[in-house]
Amino acid sequence: MSFAASKTIKIGVNLELSQAVAQYGQKELQGIKLAIDEINQKGGVGGKKIELVVVDNKSDKTEALNVATRLAVRDKVLAILGPATSGATKSAASAAMKYKVPIISPSATDDTVTVDERTGKTKAYVFRTCFNDSFQGNVMANFALKTLKVKKAAIIYDASSDYSKGLSKNFKQTFTKGGGKIVAEEAFARGEQDFSSILTKIKNKKPDVIFAPVYYDEAGLIIKQARELGMSIPILGGDGFDDPKVVAKAGKKYADNVFFSAHYSSQDTDSKVQEFIKKFKKKYNTEPNAFAALGYDLGYFIADALKRANLKFDSIAKDRERLKTAIENTKNFVGVTGIVNINKNHNAEKSAVIIELKNGVQMFKQKLNP
Amino acid sequence: MTTFIQQLINGITLGSVYALIALGYTMVYGIIKLINFAHGDVFMVGAYIAFLCVTYLKLGLLPALIISMIFCALLGMLIEKFAYKPLRNSPRISALITAIGVSLFLENLMQLLMGADSRVFPRLVNEKNYHLFHGKVVVNNKQIYLLIITILLMLLLNFIVKNTKIGKAMRAVSQDMDAARLMGINVDTTISYTFAIGSALAAAGGVLVGLYYNTINPLMGVLPGLKAFIAAVFGGIGIIPGAMLGGFSLGVIETLVSGYGSSMYKDAVAFALLILILILKPSGLLGKNIKEKV
Repeated sequence: MSFAASKTIKIGVNLELSQAVAQYGQKELQGIKLAIDEINQKGGVGGKKIELVVVDNKSDKTEALNVATRLAVRDKVLAILGPATSGATKSAASAAMKYKVPIISPSATDDTVTVDERTGKTKAYVFRTCFNDSFQGNVMANFALKTLKVKKAAIIYDASSDYSKGLSKNFKQTFTKGGGKIVAEEAFARGEQDFSSILTKIKNKKPDVIFAPVYYDEAGLIIKQARELGMSIPILGGDGFDDPKVVAKAGKKYADNVFFSAHYSSQDTDSKVQEFIKKFKKKYNTEPNAFAALGYDLGYFIADALKRANLKFDSIAKDRERLKTAIENTKNFVGVTGIVNINKNHNAEKSAVIIELKNGVQMFKQKLNP
Repeated sequence: MTTFIQQLINGITLGSVYALIALGYTMVYGIIKLINFAHGDVFMVGAYIAFLCVTYLKLGLLPALIISMIFCALLGMLIEKFAYKPLRNSPRISALITAIGVSLFLENLMQLLMGADSRVFPRLVNEKNYHLFHGKVVVNNKQIYLLIITILLMLLLNFIVKNTKIGKAMRAVSQDMDAARLMGINVDTTISYTFAIGSALAAAGGVLVGLYYNTINPLMGVLPGLKAFIAAVFGGIGIIPGAMLGGFSLGVIETLVSGYGSSMYKDAVAFALLILILILKPSGLLGKNIKEKV
């Protein structure tokens, strides 16, 4: 069957569905599926239904590249959604550039995901629909300086994660520029469970706050072990903290005085947010988190671009190019997680929220615009 | 000084887990000279069994611990019967490869049955912190449980090996399998029991780790398994007190490396230590240098 004759529009999904950060990928997939089902029920795009080709990248950078190559070459998809994390997306990006297929990550926040580190040039086929770490690091550093009014911070980061490294660098820059001091900076390697020794070391330096830009598994353990060592100071994090497992692992009692930046809050009273929560609960019987919301937005985002792309189904390479231009021209796309404008660096310009954990419950603290 | 004491406490907690797993390695190696690489995964299965007992059967810590130990004892015997016994007279490398195969099998089976994502181990004890030295050193009750249960199990193991008939048989088989057989010892049963006891100890380690970190996942046995192997070699593989010494030392060394150096170096130090020991004293800290007779 030729490309032109196919009855569906094939879109690849390259997500972390198992292993270390499976929670992000699984939630995003639920969101994407919910959106695509809704779109298909309303007749799809230009009379064709969207067909998802879902492949698990096992939370692994190399596998993410393999998956992207497979989707581009064998499955001949028009675009690829995902991966969820920065490292995996950067790895998959090289396949996007090689085969000229647009990839859009819903949640890779590292600055160099869309921009080449060395040349400073925007990667032509790589996009994201979330804010980046310069913004997120700024937000948290300013929150520490202005809202918490603290001067001494300690940083714990995952040296094997681009996300974690990038975010701690951005936090450090803004925090020291604003008159703060970093009293300790501790790295650990992926898969670490025991943070008590580095936390003991940090405790000795008497910081006012800990900034830990890590993923949910480590976040829960760091909070718990810090509290067990008698440290009650605020613990700050990035959007990686936005998962119920953080509270489950740390324990309700200890998940207190914790603040993190996030893409959305379920307490937002916006009707679009509340309607999404209702639909998500009906389908999956659980509360959606930010990653589910980002996935849902990405589903509509790609449908919106497909509609505007004026696809001709003459050749897949040409259609990919048309789609890429349509994505680049996205302006004022209204999603659950905010209004998205794709800028020249292929980043989404949108707002962030700060969420506080109070006795294990997420409280909406403030909303910050770019 | 108080920081050092705190780090020591952190290290001993970590070390007791290594010690529990290292005991199983050392016992199996002592008897049939096999490095059972699936041992770390038995530790993981132990944690999951306790997780299931607590979550679905609503059992407490002690019953869950005992059920998990019994289950893993049977699992250990099963692994021995189907994976290692048919290869007992094959070259050493075949058995080693099978061990790796069993390890991968358990990891993937668990991912299939329970999902690849990590799970939250239920809170079975109310967390309580004890402050020493005017609050500068903190010990929590789970660390105390971990240490006490580890020591009790080691004493029990020591009793079994020294004072029971099966223990005597184990020691005999480890010295000379053929001679033991000639003396009327059932070698197969003895080996089977060794796997059972070693696996039960690993299961206990898994349950305690689940309790301490509140987190379990299907790959949780990989790194502790390797570390426990290093601990066993460090103390002298095949020697029970050596495994204990090796486990505790490795835990303390790792903690001190990340506490006074960087957390990034601790695995490197652990493996460097293994290489160093193998060069300087291949028989381990407590091992005797036995001259090969020609």
